[in-house]
Amino acid sequence: MKTADIIRNGLIKENPTWVLVLGMCPTLATTTSAINGLCMGLATAFVLTMSNTVISLLKSLIPDKVRIPAFIVIIAAFVTIVKMFMQAYLPSLFDSLGLFIDLIVVNCIVLGRAEAFASKNNVGQSALDGLFMGLGFTWALTLVGMVRELLGAGALFGHSLIGGADGMLMFILPPGGFICLGLLMALVNRMRR
Amino acid sequence: MAKKAESTLVNMLLSLTVIAVVAGVALAFVNGLTEGPIAQVAKQKKADALKEVLPEYARVEVDTLESLPCYIAYDANDNKVGVAVETADENGFNGHIGIMVGFDNEGNVYGYRILETSETPGLGAKANTWFATGNTSIIGKSPSDAGFAVKKDGGQVDAISGSTITSRAFCRAINKAYNATKIGGTAE
Repeated sequence: MKTADIIRNGLIKENPTWVLVLGMCPTLATTTSAINGLCMGLATAFVLTMSNTVISLLKSLIPDKVRIPAFIVIIAAFVTIVKMFMQAYLPSLFDSLGLFIDLIVVNCIVLGRAEAFASKNNVGQSALDGLFMGLGFTWALTLVGMVRELLGAGALFGHSLIGGADGMLMFILPPGGFICLGLLMALVNRMRR
Repeated sequence: MAKKAESTLVNMLLSLTVIAVVAGVALAFVNGLTEGPIAQVAKQKKADALKEVLPEYARVEVDTLESLPCYIAYDANDNKVGVAVETADENGFNGHIGIMVGFDNEGNVYGYRILETSETPGLGAKANTWFATGNTSIIGKSPSDAGFAVKKDGGQVDAISGSTITSRAFCRAINKAYNATKIGGTAE
């Protein structure tokens, strides 16, 4: 598979959020603001890149019947590492994302890419796939977060654009999350064609 | 591509054990790296909260009143200037709300800070500023006065619009802290 294909697949053609529609739980839960979405995306991208790399390295050593538990242990280790570093060096971010960092372990994108890509391809390609799938997830989350923050709080990346006003609260709450995600998904897929 | 390891019992046990051990060692190493900074962050957070909810103080004495951790503050001349209590209520809209609240010597609320909360963003989460600013402020009021409860329950406190449950939990937590200081005999 060509490098350019891997990059295009992750960012647009097989984008985990818009096209594969994987990992919807963190997508809806963490996109209450642009910065939360961005950071959740980057944390996932890191885990995805590292787990894809390691799983690809070990793929011939892991027997088929125990591959899922083996993958999960590897993924959980990287997630815990991210969590500990975030707790130590980015405490305010950890306060708002804490719970959902743990949930990266069971994010379908991470296990999905391990199964579908890393266990079949070489190390370089797997790392690249992890990175760009992660970045595809990141830009999708950031976009949803930006729209929700703009409509719900009248701000962008924490900077208030309509001083004093509160915005439409619904967009910060779960119903607004579903509405934004659905409409953006339709829009992105229309433009993709 | 190298030949895949077969799924024999030995292979499965061996590969899973090795992976788990390596992951465990890696995590222990990272834990060693981050343990210090994480403890530092928690300490800093508490110190910041204390500064915010108490009048200027020189030192604090840590104590426990009614099983709530509390911090009795003294100025440079060893006069007591106030007491801060780490209080909580488990019946917020989304469960646990942890609050650090400070009282001056007269038992009036000097300041408070929400330590832990999972209240709804935009509604209950407003509690971090709602009770500290403007007409709805509780600063300077004393829970000893009748009516330290939300208006819906016949009290004097303005509840957060749309978040009566959060506001009730908040009042309960503050009352609990106040009663602890009273029973502990630190608020004359």
